[in-house]
Amino acid sequence: MRLKRTSLYVSGSSPVNMIQAQFYNEDCIVYDLEDSVSPADKDTARLLVYNAVRFHRPENKYVLIRVNGSTTVYMEEDLKAAVRARPDAIRLPKMESGDEVKRISEKVAAIERMAGIEEGSTDFWCNIESFPGVLRASEIAASDPRVKALALGAEDLTASLRARRTKGGLEIFYARNAVLLACRSAGIDALDAVFSDINDLEGLKADTELARNMGFDGKTVVHPRQIDVVNAAFTPNAKELRYASRVLAAVEEGKRLHKGAVSLNGEMIDKPMELRAYTIIEQARAAGLDVDTEG
Amino acid sequence: MTTEIKTFIIDYMKTENKRTTERSSKGRVTNMEIKTTGSAGTYESCDAMITVRPGNGITIDLNSDVIDQFGDAIKEVILKTLEEMRVRNAVVEVVDKGAFDCVIRSRLQAAVCRAGETRFDWEGEDRK
Repeated sequence: MRLKRTSLYVSGSSPVNMIQAQFYNEDCIVYDLEDSVSPADKDTARLLVYNAVRFHRPENKYVLIRVNGSTTVYMEEDLKAAVRARPDAIRLPKMESGDEVKRISEKVAAIERMAGIEEGSTDFWCNIESFPGVLRASEIAASDPRVKALALGAEDLTASLRARRTKGGLEIFYARNAVLLACRSAGIDALDAVFSDINDLEGLKADTELARNMGFDGKTVVHPRQIDVVNAAFTPNAKELRYASRVLAAVEEGKRLHKGAVSLNGEMIDKPMELRAYTIIEQARAAGLDVDTEG
Repeated sequence: MTTEIKTFIIDYMKTENKRTTERSSKGRVTNMEIKTTGSAGTYESCDAMITVRPGNGITIDLNSDVIDQFGDAIKEVILKTLEEMRVRNAVVEVVDKGAFDCVIRSRLQAAVCRAGETRFDWEGEDRK
């Protein structure tokens, strides 16, 4: 299992930020060519991100490049650079339909063929950040084998809804569920939206715990100080780990004794509980926790 | 401690330029023409400001506070990048602020494209 608890956006126009980002604890780095890059710097940022990812790629990080959207004049050139840079995935902003993803996939396939890169090897994360995107989240998630995750973007979404963005997040509750269900249905990862107030770490913690309880796999962050809070929320704690270990031990014991059903503390252990326990153990191992000791 | 900043200029590839021009006349090589002045980068830490202007042969003006340790390596990156982009005539001014090779390379590529008034040749990148 590869953890995707935190995805840190780093501007593609700042070499110093790009270098510093390698030394933080985020699981994923997203080199950004979109919102954080001014129109005058799009060409220079594109080449900077290409060279950084292709020739100076950070180790032990899941590397993404966020390109500009399909309605902009920048996307074609961005894709030429991003595919050739060979990141783990390209993050596509403001996806609103499965057809849109398929059209981009065809362009990427043409670039892969031209560049001698294995066709189909470039993965996508699709940002869902408008009401059409939310309404078609399932279609987008299942549109192409390249799609490996959906990521909710709350700021643009609430603007498109004419909603007010609040810390409680009630206005994006439906969207969170729609994205999550689409991801689970397609068997891909679900990434929660940015918590914008970088000075409110308590608020961030509560927001992240909500997302984790809902089922999300990780969250996008915009500042390094948010990383440890989000990582902690998406890492199993000692109590969860202990319980998961006991569930799996009871299952093993049941198999050894050829029991059809097993229980723990008087509670029947069913298949979903077993799967949840496996997931927690895998997450803990991926996070570097000593599973045997904790268990 | 005062950091000593050194600037030096090198002229390079006059002979190579003549040879390539001869090949160009036979249609086998198309050089990148530097038409105007183009710049890319910043003066911030870990970055470089690179300006490319029309010239005769290759002239590099390198200003870096790590020139003693990395001057030769930086020059090598510049010359290799110019060669890859088929630039035979240009004045290249580099103000380095401790940039990694990949940053120097990308800033120079962007400056050359701006000075050549052209887009980056991605298919050329595939042939390397």
